[in-house]
Amino acid sequence: MNRFEYVRADSIADAVGALAAPGARALAGGTNLVDLMKYDVAKPARVVDINRLPLKEIEPSPDGGLTIGALVTNSGLAWDPRIAEGYPLLASAILAGASPQLRNAATTGGNLLQRTRCYYFYDPSTPCNKREPGSGCPAIGGVNRIHAILGASDACIAVHPSDMCVALAVLDAVVNVQGPDGERSIPFEAFHRLPGNEPQHDNTLRRGELVVSVFLPPPGFGSHYSYLKVRDRLSYAFALVSVAAALKLDGGRISEARVALGGVAHRPWRDREAEQGLKGQKPDAAAFAGFADQVLRQARGQGGNDFKIELARRTIARALRQAAAATPQRQSDKSVR
Amino acid sequence: MLAERAFCLELLPPELVFFEINCEGPVDRPAATAGFPVSFVINGDRHELTVAPWVTLLDLLRERLQLTGTKKGCDHGQCGACTVLIDGVRINSCLVLAISRDGAQITTIEGLARGADLHPLQAAFIERDAFQCGYCTPGQICSAAGLLAEGHTHSRAEIREHMSGNLCRCGAYTNIADAIEDVLKQGASVREAAE
Repeated sequence: MNRFEYVRADSIADAVGALAAPGARALAGGTNLVDLMKYDVAKPARVVDINRLPLKEIEPSPDGGLTIGALVTNSGLAWDPRIAEGYPLLASAILAGASPQLRNAATTGGNLLQRTRCYYFYDPSTPCNKREPGSGCPAIGGVNRIHAILGASDACIAVHPSDMCVALAVLDAVVNVQGPDGERSIPFEAFHRLPGNEPQHDNTLRRGELVVSVFLPPPGFGSHYSYLKVRDRLSYAFALVSVAAALKLDGGRISEARVALGGVAHRPWRDREAEQGLKGQKPDAAAFAGFADQVLRQARGQGGNDFKIELARRTIARALRQAAAATPQRQSDKSVR
Repeated sequence: MLAERAFCLELLPPELVFFEINCEGPVDRPAATAGFPVSFVINGDRHELTVAPWVTLLDLLRERLQLTGTKKGCDHGQCGACTVLIDGVRINSCLVLAISRDGAQITTIEGLARGADLHPLQAAFIERDAFQCGYCTPGQICSAAGLLAEGHTHSRAEIREHMSGNLCRCGAYTNIADAIEDVLKQGASVREAAE
Protein backbone atom coordinates (compact mmCIF):
# COMPACT_ATOMS: atom_id res chain seq x y z
CA MET A 1 0.00 0.00 0.00
CA ASN A 2 1.30 3.46 -0.84
CA ARG A 3 1.89 6.06 1.88
CA PHE A 4 -0.68 8.84 1.99
CA GLU A 5 -1.77 11.85 3.94
CA TYR A 6 -4.65 11.01 6.27
CA VAL A 7 -7.37 13.59 6.86
CA ARG A 8 -10.31 12.96 9.14
CA ALA A 9 -13.27 15.09 8.05
CA ASP A 10 -15.60 16.36 10.78
CA SER A 11 -18.12 18.02 8.49
CA ILE A 12 -19.31 17.74 4.89
CA ALA A 13 -17.69 21.11 4.17
CA ASP A 14 -14.40 19.78 5.62
CA ALA A 15 -14.60 16.72 3.43
CA VAL A 16 -15.39 18.65 0.27
CA GLY A 17 -12.50 21.02 0.99
CA ALA A 18 -10.08 18.14 1.59
CA LEU A 19 -11.25 16.25 -1.52
CA ALA A 20 -10.42 19.20 -3.79
CA ALA A 21 -6.71 18.30 -3.66
CA PRO A 22 -5.34 16.28 -6.58
CA GLY A 23 -5.15 12.57 -5.80
CA ALA A 24 -7.56 12.79 -2.85
CA ARG A 25 -9.98 9.93 -2.27
CA ALA A 26 -12.81 9.56 0.22
CA LEU A 27 -12.67 6.58 2.59
CA ALA A 28 -15.96 5.17 3.88
CA GLY A 29 -16.30 1.42 4.52
CA GLY A 30 -13.03 0.76 2.70
CA THR A 31 -14.09 -2.60 1.27
CA ASN A 32 -13.12 -1.58 -2.26
CA LEU A 33 -10.69 1.32 -1.79
CA VAL A 34 -8.43 -0.49 0.72
CA ASP A 35 -8.44 -3.57 -1.51
CA LEU A 36 -7.44 -1.47 -4.54
CA MET A 37 -4.71 0.20 -2.49
CA LYS A 38 -3.29 -3.19 -1.49
CA TYR A 39 -2.99 -4.05 -5.18
CA ASP A 40 -1.45 -0.63 -5.98
CA VAL A 41 -4.36 0.00 -8.34
CA ALA A 42 -5.40 2.99 -6.25
CA LYS A 43 -2.55 5.13 -4.91
CA PRO A 44 -4.25 8.15 -3.36
CA ALA A 45 -2.01 11.00 -2.21
CA ARG A 46 -4.58 11.86 0.44
CA VAL A 47 -7.24 9.73 2.08
CA VAL A 48 -10.17 11.69 3.45
CA ASP A 49 -11.89 9.64 6.15
CA ILE A 50 -15.57 10.57 5.96
CA ASN A 51 -16.80 8.04 8.54
CA ARG A 52 -17.55 10.77 11.11
CA LEU A 53 -19.94 12.64 8.83
CA PRO A 54 -23.65 12.73 9.74
CA LEU A 55 -24.73 10.67 6.73
CA LYS A 56 -25.86 7.48 8.48
CA GLU A 57 -29.63 7.96 8.54
CA ILE A 58 -32.50 6.88 6.32
CA GLU A 59 -35.02 9.71 6.40
CA PRO A 60 -38.54 9.95 5.01
CA SER A 61 -39.12 12.78 2.54
CA PRO A 62 -42.34 14.86 2.47
CA ASP A 63 -43.50 13.26 -0.80
CA GLY A 64 -43.33 9.72 0.63
CA GLY A 65 -39.88 8.78 -0.60
CA LEU A 66 -36.74 8.05 1.41
CA THR A 67 -33.37 9.77 1.56
CA ILE A 68 -30.56 7.33 2.29
CA GLY A 69 -27.42 8.82 3.80
CA ALA A 70 -24.25 7.93 1.90
CA LEU A 71 -22.80 6.18 4.97
CA VAL A 72 -25.76 3.86 5.56
CA THR A 73 -24.25 0.40 5.27
CA ASN A 74 -25.47 -2.08 2.69
CA SER A 75 -26.82 -4.34 5.46
CA GLY A 76 -28.37 -1.42 7.31
CA LEU A 77 -30.21 -0.55 4.12
CA ALA A 78 -31.21 -4.07 3.07
CA TRP A 79 -32.65 -4.98 6.50
CA ASP A 80 -34.35 -1.66 7.21
CA PRO A 81 -38.10 -2.41 7.56
CA ARG A 82 -39.00 0.57 5.35
CA ILE A 83 -36.84 -0.83 2.56
CA ALA A 84 -37.99 -4.43 3.06
CA GLU A 85 -41.61 -3.29 2.86
CA GLY A 86 -41.60 -0.49 0.31
CA TYR A 87 -38.58 -1.37 -1.84
CA PRO A 88 -38.12 -5.15 -1.62
CA LEU A 89 -36.40 -5.16 -5.01
CA LEU A 90 -33.62 -3.04 -3.54
CA ALA A 91 -33.31 -5.24 -0.44
CA SER A 92 -33.15 -8.34 -2.62
CA ALA A 93 -30.48 -6.90 -4.92
CA ILE A 94 -28.29 -5.84 -1.99
CA LEU A 95 -28.55 -9.27 -0.36
CA ALA A 96 -27.54 -10.89 -3.65
CA GLY A 97 -24.20 -9.10 -3.49
CA ALA A 98 -20.93 -9.67 -1.62
CA SER A 99 -20.94 -11.38 1.82
CA PRO A 100 -22.55 -10.38 5.13
CA GLN A 101 -19.22 -9.10 6.48
CA LEU A 102 -18.64 -6.92 3.42
CA ARG A 103 -22.22 -5.64 3.45
CA ASN A 104 -21.75 -4.69 7.12
CA ALA A 105 -18.86 -2.39 6.18
CA ALA A 106 -19.72 -1.28 2.63
CA THR A 107 -21.76 1.91 2.35
CA THR A 108 -24.40 3.27 0.01
CA GLY A 109 -22.08 5.89 -1.46
CA GLY A 110 -19.21 3.42 -1.71
CA ASN A 111 -21.35 0.88 -3.53
CA LEU A 112 -22.04 3.45 -6.24
CA LEU A 113 -18.35 4.33 -6.50
CA GLN A 114 -16.84 0.82 -6.47
CA ARG A 115 -14.60 0.07 -9.43
CA THR A 116 -14.87 -2.72 -11.97
CA ARG A 117 -13.53 -6.18 -11.15
CA CYS A 118 -11.98 -6.57 -14.64
CA TYR A 119 -8.92 -8.81 -14.14
CA TYR A 120 -6.70 -6.46 -16.13
CA PHE A 121 -7.81 -3.34 -14.27
CA TYR A 122 -6.87 -5.12 -11.04
CA ASP A 123 -3.41 -6.13 -12.27
CA PRO A 124 -0.98 -3.18 -12.51
CA SER A 125 1.49 -5.34 -14.47
CA THR A 126 -0.86 -5.20 -17.48
CA PRO A 127 -2.00 -2.20 -19.52
CA CYS A 128 -5.49 -0.85 -18.84
CA ASN A 129 -7.13 2.26 -20.26
CA LYS A 130 -9.22 2.67 -17.14
CA ARG A 131 -6.21 2.55 -14.83
CA GLU A 132 -3.72 4.23 -17.17
CA PRO A 133 -5.49 6.10 -19.95
CA GLY A 134 -3.99 5.37 -23.37
CA SER A 135 -2.12 2.23 -22.30
CA GLY A 136 -4.48 -0.19 -24.08
CA CYS A 137 -7.07 -2.83 -23.25
CA PRO A 138 -5.84 -6.43 -23.04
CA ALA A 139 -9.37 -7.63 -22.26
CA ILE A 140 -10.25 -7.00 -25.90
CA GLY A 141 -9.01 -10.17 -27.55
CA GLY A 142 -7.94 -11.49 -24.14
CA VAL A 143 -9.74 -13.26 -21.34
CA ASN A 144 -13.13 -11.58 -21.32
CA ARG A 145 -15.62 -14.03 -19.87
CA ILE A 146 -16.97 -11.44 -17.40
CA HIS A 147 -16.97 -8.43 -19.71
CA ALA A 148 -19.52 -6.20 -21.40
CA ILE A 149 -21.96 -7.12 -24.16
CA LEU A 150 -23.65 -3.71 -24.29
CA GLY A 151 -22.29 -0.17 -24.54
CA ALA A 152 -18.59 -1.14 -24.66
CA SER A 153 -16.02 0.88 -26.59
CA ASP A 154 -12.73 0.17 -28.33
CA ALA A 155 -11.04 1.54 -25.22
CA CYS A 156 -12.79 -0.47 -22.51
CA ILE A 157 -15.14 -3.43 -22.14
CA ALA A 158 -15.34 -3.44 -18.33
CA VAL A 159 -18.63 -3.78 -16.46
CA HIS A 160 -19.92 -2.09 -13.34
CA PRO A 161 -20.04 -4.81 -10.67
CA SER A 162 -22.80 -3.57 -8.34
CA ASP A 163 -26.07 -5.38 -7.64
CA MET A 164 -27.52 -2.56 -5.57
CA CYS A 165 -27.11 -0.07 -8.41
CA VAL A 166 -29.12 -2.27 -10.79
CA ALA A 167 -32.11 -1.98 -8.47
CA LEU A 168 -31.52 1.75 -7.93
CA ALA A 169 -31.62 2.23 -11.71
CA VAL A 170 -35.03 0.54 -11.88
CA LEU A 171 -36.33 2.58 -8.96
CA ASP A 172 -35.36 5.90 -10.64
CA ALA A 173 -33.21 6.88 -7.67
CA VAL A 174 -31.44 10.23 -7.55
CA VAL A 175 -27.86 10.75 -6.36
CA ASN A 176 -27.34 13.89 -4.26
CA VAL A 177 -23.80 15.23 -4.28
CA GLN A 178 -22.03 18.15 -2.71
CA GLY A 179 -18.93 19.77 -4.13
CA PRO A 180 -16.90 22.97 -4.37
CA ASP A 181 -19.72 24.54 -6.43
CA GLY A 182 -22.49 23.50 -4.06
CA GLU A 183 -25.09 20.75 -4.19
CA ARG A 184 -26.65 19.05 -7.19
CA SER A 185 -28.84 16.04 -7.86
CA ILE A 186 -28.03 13.50 -10.56
CA PRO A 187 -30.69 11.13 -11.94
CA PHE A 188 -29.43 7.59 -11.42
CA GLU A 189 -29.11 6.79 -15.11
CA ALA A 190 -26.92 9.85 -15.60
CA PHE A 191 -24.62 8.96 -12.69
CA HIS A 192 -22.68 6.05 -14.20
CA ARG A 193 -21.45 6.52 -17.75
CA LEU A 194 -20.39 4.42 -20.71
CA PRO A 195 -16.62 4.12 -21.24
CA GLY A 196 -16.31 5.84 -24.63
CA ASN A 197 -12.84 7.31 -24.99
CA GLU A 198 -12.51 8.08 -21.31
CA PRO A 199 -12.91 4.82 -19.43
CA GLN A 200 -10.96 6.31 -16.50
CA HIS A 201 -14.21 8.05 -15.55
CA ASP A 202 -16.73 5.57 -14.15
CA ASN A 203 -19.29 8.26 -13.41
CA THR A 204 -20.19 11.91 -13.88
CA LEU A 205 -18.95 13.17 -10.51
CA ARG A 206 -16.76 16.25 -10.79
CA ARG A 207 -13.51 16.67 -8.88
CA GLY A 208 -14.08 17.28 -5.18
CA GLU A 209 -17.70 16.16 -5.25
CA LEU A 210 -18.91 13.87 -2.51
CA VAL A 211 -21.97 11.62 -2.69
CA VAL A 212 -24.03 12.66 0.34
CA SER A 213 -27.25 10.71 -0.17
CA VAL A 214 -29.41 8.67 -2.51
CA PHE A 215 -33.07 9.60 -2.88
CA LEU A 216 -35.70 6.92 -3.49
CA PRO A 217 -38.99 8.14 -4.99
CA PRO A 218 -42.18 6.89 -3.26
CA PRO A 219 -42.63 3.09 -3.37
CA GLY A 220 -44.49 1.54 -6.28
CA PHE A 221 -43.10 -1.90 -7.02
CA GLY A 222 -43.74 -3.80 -3.81
CA SER A 223 -45.33 -6.93 -5.28
CA HIS A 224 -44.43 -7.46 -8.95
CA TYR A 225 -40.66 -7.47 -8.88
CA SER A 226 -37.67 -9.80 -8.98
CA TYR A 227 -33.89 -9.57 -8.78
CA LEU A 228 -32.40 -12.55 -10.56
CA LYS A 229 -28.62 -12.89 -10.47
CA VAL A 230 -26.78 -15.53 -12.50
CA ARG A 231 -23.18 -16.25 -11.53
CA ASP A 232 -20.50 -18.93 -11.43
CA ARG A 233 -21.15 -19.78 -7.76
CA LEU A 234 -24.48 -19.71 -5.94
CA SER A 235 -23.23 -17.15 -3.43
CA TYR A 236 -20.58 -14.52 -3.03
CA ALA A 237 -19.70 -14.01 -6.68
CA PHE A 238 -20.19 -11.14 -9.09
CA ALA A 239 -22.98 -11.35 -11.64
CA LEU A 240 -22.39 -12.74 -15.09
CA VAL A 241 -25.84 -11.36 -15.80
CA SER A 242 -28.34 -9.94 -13.35
CA VAL A 243 -31.80 -8.55 -13.99
CA ALA A 244 -33.91 -6.25 -11.85
CA ALA A 245 -37.49 -6.38 -13.09
CA ALA A 246 -40.49 -4.40 -11.83
CA LEU A 247 -44.01 -4.39 -13.25
CA LYS A 248 -47.33 -2.71 -12.65
CA LEU A 249 -50.28 -4.76 -13.84
CA ASP A 250 -53.78 -3.48 -14.52
CA GLY A 251 -56.61 -5.72 -15.65
CA GLY A 252 -54.28 -8.48 -16.83
CA ARG A 253 -52.16 -6.07 -18.87
CA ILE A 254 -48.83 -4.41 -18.17
CA SER A 255 -49.30 -0.74 -17.30
CA GLU A 256 -45.66 -0.06 -16.47
CA ALA A 257 -42.46 -2.07 -16.93
CA ARG A 258 -38.97 -1.30 -15.73
CA VAL A 259 -35.98 -3.56 -16.29
CA ALA A 260 -32.28 -3.00 -15.63
CA LEU A 261 -29.41 -5.37 -16.35
CA GLY A 262 -26.24 -5.79 -14.30
CA GLY A 263 -22.95 -7.43 -15.25
CA VAL A 264 -23.36 -6.58 -18.94
CA ALA A 265 -22.26 -2.96 -19.30
CA HIS A 266 -20.20 -0.12 -17.83
CA ARG A 267 -23.34 0.97 -16.01
CA PRO A 268 -26.68 -0.59 -15.05
CA TRP A 269 -28.41 -1.00 -18.42
CA ARG A 270 -31.94 0.22 -19.03
CA ASP A 271 -33.78 0.50 -22.35
CA ARG A 272 -36.74 2.83 -21.88
CA GLU A 273 -37.92 2.42 -25.46
CA ALA A 274 -38.20 -1.33 -25.01
CA GLU A 275 -39.93 -0.79 -21.65
CA GLN A 276 -42.53 1.41 -23.37
CA GLY A 277 -43.13 -1.42 -25.81
CA LEU A 278 -44.34 -3.69 -22.98
CA LYS A 279 -47.09 -1.26 -22.01
CA GLY A 280 -50.55 -2.62 -22.71
CA GLN A 281 -49.27 -6.12 -23.43
CA LYS A 282 -50.26 -9.28 -21.61
CA PRO A 283 -47.47 -10.40 -19.24
CA ASP A 284 -46.74 -13.60 -21.15
CA ALA A 285 -43.72 -15.44 -22.53
CA ALA A 286 -44.09 -13.96 -26.03
CA ALA A 287 -44.09 -10.39 -24.72
CA PHE A 288 -41.09 -11.05 -22.50
CA ALA A 289 -39.10 -12.77 -25.28
CA GLY A 290 -39.84 -9.88 -27.62
CA PHE A 291 -38.73 -7.41 -24.97
CA ALA A 292 -35.47 -9.32 -24.37
CA ASP A 293 -34.75 -9.40 -28.11
CA GLN A 294 -35.21 -5.67 -28.32
CA VAL A 295 -33.00 -4.91 -25.31
CA LEU A 296 -30.27 -7.13 -26.73
CA ARG A 297 -30.54 -6.10 -30.38
CA GLN A 298 -27.24 -4.18 -30.13
CA ALA A 299 -25.50 -6.75 -27.91
CA ARG A 300 -22.06 -7.81 -29.07
CA GLY A 301 -19.86 -10.53 -27.60
CA GLN A 302 -16.08 -10.33 -27.21
CA GLY A 303 -15.40 -14.05 -27.71
CA GLY A 304 -15.13 -15.26 -24.13
CA ASN A 305 -18.43 -13.71 -23.15
CA ASP A 306 -20.56 -14.54 -26.20
CA PHE A 307 -22.62 -16.84 -23.99
CA LYS A 308 -23.80 -13.84 -22.01
CA ILE A 309 -26.10 -12.68 -24.82
CA GLU A 310 -28.25 -15.81 -24.70
CA LEU A 311 -27.90 -15.93 -20.91
CA ALA A 312 -29.16 -12.34 -20.69
CA ARG A 313 -32.08 -13.15 -23.00
CA ARG A 314 -33.19 -16.01 -20.78
CA THR A 315 -32.53 -14.17 -17.52
CA ILE A 316 -34.62 -11.18 -18.63
CA ALA A 317 -37.53 -13.44 -19.60
CA ARG A 318 -37.29 -15.45 -16.37
CA ALA A 319 -37.05 -12.38 -14.12
CA LEU A 320 -40.06 -10.80 -15.83
CA ARG A 321 -42.00 -14.04 -15.41
CA GLN A 322 -41.14 -14.08 -11.70
CA ALA A 323 -42.18 -10.43 -11.39
CA ALA A 324 -45.48 -10.97 -13.20
CA ALA A 325 -46.28 -13.97 -10.98
CA ALA A 326 -45.31 -12.03 -7.84
CA THR A 327 -42.86 -14.82 -7.00
CA PRO A 328 -39.59 -12.90 -6.68
CA GLN A 329 -36.28 -14.76 -6.71
CA ARG A 330 -35.24 -15.58 -3.14
CA GLN A 331 -31.63 -14.90 -2.24
CA SER A 332 -31.20 -17.71 0.30
CA ASP A 333 -33.14 -20.53 -1.35
CA LYS A 334 -31.32 -20.51 -4.66
CA SER A 335 -33.73 -22.54 -6.75
CA VAL A 336 -34.71 -20.53 -9.81
CA ARG A 337 -38.40 -20.96 -10.51
CA MET B 1 1.99 -19.08 19.89
CA LEU B 2 5.36 -19.98 18.41
CA ALA B 3 4.09 -23.43 17.63
CA GLU B 4 1.05 -21.98 15.97
CA ARG B 5 3.13 -19.67 13.83
CA ALA B 6 5.45 -22.47 12.72
CA PHE B 7 2.41 -24.51 11.89
CA CYS B 8 0.99 -21.72 9.76
CA LEU B 9 4.20 -20.93 7.95
CA GLU B 10 4.64 -24.54 7.02
CA LEU B 11 1.18 -24.81 5.54
CA LEU B 12 0.86 -21.48 3.81
CA PRO B 13 1.89 -20.87 0.21
CA PRO B 14 4.95 -18.61 -0.13
CA GLU B 15 3.04 -15.44 -1.03
CA LEU B 16 1.07 -15.68 2.19
CA VAL B 17 4.17 -16.35 4.23
CA PHE B 18 5.53 -13.09 2.82
CA PHE B 19 2.52 -11.29 4.23
CA GLU B 20 2.83 -13.17 7.49
CA ILE B 21 6.26 -11.81 8.17
CA ASN B 22 5.89 -8.42 6.49
CA CYS B 23 2.57 -7.33 7.82
CA GLU B 24 3.58 -3.73 8.29
CA GLY B 25 3.99 -3.38 4.52
CA PRO B 26 6.98 -2.71 2.26
CA VAL B 27 10.28 -1.98 3.96
CA ASP B 28 10.75 1.47 2.37
CA ARG B 29 8.68 3.02 5.11
CA PRO B 30 9.42 6.75 5.36
CA ALA B 31 11.20 7.59 8.60
CA ALA B 32 8.91 10.57 9.19
CA THR B 33 5.82 8.37 9.20
CA ALA B 34 3.13 10.15 11.10
CA GLY B 35 1.54 8.17 13.89
CA PHE B 36 -1.97 8.96 15.05
CA PRO B 37 -3.25 8.32 18.54
CA VAL B 38 -6.15 5.86 18.59
CA SER B 39 -8.08 4.11 21.30
CA PHE B 40 -9.85 0.76 21.19
CA VAL B 41 -11.56 -1.51 23.66
CA ILE B 42 -10.44 -4.95 22.57
CA ASN B 43 -11.96 -7.97 24.29
CA GLY B 44 -12.84 -5.71 27.19
CA ASP B 45 -9.41 -4.12 27.62
CA ARG B 46 -8.74 -0.52 26.67
CA HIS B 47 -5.73 0.06 24.41
CA GLU B 48 -4.24 3.50 23.71
CA LEU B 49 -2.00 3.18 20.68
CA THR B 50 -0.28 5.16 17.97
CA VAL B 51 -0.80 3.84 14.44
CA ALA B 52 0.22 4.80 10.94
CA PRO B 53 -2.90 5.43 8.83
CA TRP B 54 -2.19 2.53 6.43
CA VAL B 55 -2.17 -0.15 9.14
CA THR B 56 -5.17 -2.43 8.87
CA LEU B 57 -7.07 -3.55 11.93
CA LEU B 58 -5.97 -7.10 11.15
CA ASP B 59 -2.27 -6.17 11.23
CA LEU B 60 -2.79 -4.10 14.36
CA LEU B 61 -4.37 -7.07 16.15
CA ARG B 62 -1.81 -9.59 15.04
CA GLU B 63 1.44 -7.67 14.89
CA ARG B 64 1.05 -5.00 17.56
CA LEU B 65 -1.16 -6.74 20.09
CA GLN B 66 -0.15 -10.35 19.38
CA LEU B 67 -3.80 -11.33 19.11
CA THR B 68 -2.93 -13.91 16.50
CA GLY B 69 -6.17 -15.85 16.80
CA THR B 70 -7.53 -13.66 14.03
CA LYS B 71 -6.05 -15.06 10.83
CA LYS B 72 -4.73 -13.50 7.65
CA GLY B 73 -5.91 -15.63 4.74
CA CYS B 74 -6.35 -13.77 1.46
CA ASP B 75 -5.91 -10.25 2.91
CA HIS B 76 -8.48 -9.02 0.34
CA GLY B 77 -11.86 -9.61 1.94
CA GLN B 78 -12.54 -12.79 0.02
CA CYS B 79 -11.98 -15.59 2.56
CA GLY B 80 -13.36 -14.32 5.90
CA ALA B 81 -10.48 -15.71 8.01
CA CYS B 82 -9.93 -12.22 9.46
CA THR B 83 -13.54 -11.74 10.60
CA VAL B 84 -13.88 -9.92 13.94
CA LEU B 85 -16.75 -8.12 15.64
CA ILE B 86 -16.53 -4.33 15.54
CA ASP B 87 -19.11 -2.78 17.87
CA GLY B 88 -20.82 -6.18 17.75
CA VAL B 89 -20.94 -6.36 13.95
CA ARG B 90 -18.94 -8.90 11.91
CA ILE B 91 -16.45 -7.24 9.56
CA ASN B 92 -13.40 -8.32 7.50
CA SER B 93 -10.59 -6.76 9.56
CA CYS B 94 -8.17 -6.96 6.60
CA LEU B 95 -10.09 -4.24 4.73
CA VAL B 96 -10.40 -1.87 7.68
CA LEU B 97 -7.82 0.84 8.21
CA ALA B 98 -7.54 0.74 12.00
CA ILE B 99 -7.50 4.52 12.26
CA SER B 100 -10.91 4.77 10.61
CA ARG B 101 -12.47 2.79 13.49
CA ASP B 102 -10.84 4.80 16.28
CA GLY B 103 -12.92 4.42 19.45
CA ALA B 104 -14.52 1.11 18.49
CA GLN B 105 -15.13 -1.94 20.67
CA ILE B 106 -13.60 -5.00 19.09
CA THR B 107 -14.15 -8.65 19.90
CA THR B 108 -11.82 -11.30 18.50
CA ILE B 109 -11.84 -15.07 18.93
CA GLU B 110 -9.73 -14.55 22.09
CA GLY B 111 -12.59 -12.57 23.64
CA LEU B 112 -15.51 -14.93 23.12
CA ALA B 113 -15.02 -17.39 25.99
CA ARG B 114 -15.90 -16.38 29.55
CA GLY B 115 -12.94 -17.65 31.50
CA ALA B 116 -12.97 -21.44 31.26
CA ASP B 117 -16.48 -21.44 29.77
CA LEU B 118 -16.35 -21.69 26.02
CA HIS B 119 -18.71 -19.62 23.93
CA PRO B 120 -21.58 -21.89 22.81
CA LEU B 121 -20.29 -21.68 19.23
CA GLN B 122 -16.80 -22.79 20.30
CA ALA B 123 -18.33 -25.73 22.17
CA ALA B 124 -20.53 -26.61 19.19
CA PHE B 125 -17.59 -26.49 16.76
CA ILE B 126 -15.73 -28.98 18.96
CA GLU B 127 -18.81 -31.16 19.45
CA ARG B 128 -19.50 -31.25 15.69
CA ASP B 129 -15.84 -31.55 14.66
CA ALA B 130 -16.38 -28.48 12.48
CA PHE B 131 -12.80 -28.06 11.27
CA GLN B 132 -9.72 -29.84 10.05
CA CYS B 133 -6.70 -27.54 9.86
CA GLY B 134 -8.42 -24.87 11.93
CA TYR B 135 -7.07 -21.87 10.04
CA CYS B 136 -10.50 -20.53 9.05
CA THR B 137 -12.10 -21.44 12.39
CA PRO B 138 -11.65 -18.16 14.33
CA GLY B 139 -13.18 -16.30 11.40
CA GLN B 140 -15.97 -18.86 11.07
CA ILE B 141 -16.82 -18.59 14.77
CA CYS B 142 -16.68 -14.77 14.90
CA SER B 143 -18.78 -14.67 11.74
CA ALA B 144 -21.31 -17.08 13.23
CA ALA B 145 -21.41 -14.94 16.40
CA GLY B 146 -22.25 -11.97 14.19
CA LEU B 147 -24.87 -14.02 12.35
CA LEU B 148 -26.60 -14.92 15.63
CA ALA B 149 -26.59 -11.29 16.77
CA GLU B 150 -28.07 -10.12 13.45
CA GLY B 151 -31.11 -12.34 13.93
CA HIS B 152 -31.91 -12.81 10.23
CA THR B 153 -31.05 -16.51 10.06
CA HIS B 154 -33.78 -19.09 10.64
CA SER B 155 -33.09 -22.04 8.33
CA ARG B 156 -30.33 -24.27 7.04
CA ALA B 157 -30.43 -22.47 3.67
CA GLU B 158 -30.04 -19.14 5.45
CA ILE B 159 -27.13 -20.43 7.53
CA ARG B 160 -25.36 -21.44 4.34
CA GLU B 161 -26.09 -18.15 2.60
CA HIS B 162 -25.23 -15.98 5.60
CA MET B 163 -21.95 -17.85 6.15
CA SER B 164 -20.95 -17.55 2.48
CA GLY B 165 -18.29 -14.96 3.34
CA ASN B 166 -16.22 -17.59 5.19
CA LEU B 167 -14.33 -20.09 3.08
CA CYS B 168 -13.04 -23.40 4.43
CA ARG B 169 -10.56 -25.01 2.11
CA CYS B 170 -10.65 -28.27 4.06
CA GLY B 171 -14.33 -28.38 3.16
CA ALA B 172 -15.75 -28.73 6.67
CA TYR B 173 -18.85 -26.81 5.62
CA THR B 174 -21.37 -29.50 6.53
CA ASN B 175 -20.15 -29.71 10.11
CA ILE B 176 -19.77 -25.93 10.39
CA ALA B 177 -23.42 -25.52 9.36
CA ASP B 178 -24.37 -28.28 11.83
CA ALA B 179 -22.56 -26.50 14.67
CA ILE B 180 -24.23 -23.17 13.92
CA GLU B 181 -27.62 -24.83 13.53
CA ASP B 182 -27.18 -26.42 16.99
CA VAL B 183 -26.51 -23.06 18.60
CA LEU B 184 -29.31 -21.40 16.65
CA LYS B 185 -31.74 -24.05 17.96
CA GLN B 186 -30.40 -23.69 21.52
CA GLY B 187 -31.13 -19.97 21.25
CA ALA B 188 -34.61 -20.66 19.90
CA SER B 189 -35.42 -23.09 22.73
CA VAL B 190 -34.03 -20.63 25.31
CA ARG B 191 -36.34 -17.96 23.85
CA GLU B 192 -39.32 -20.33 23.83
CA ALA B 193 -38.68 -21.28 27.47
CA ALA B 194 -38.59 -17.60 28.39
CA GLU B 195 -41.93 -16.90 26.71
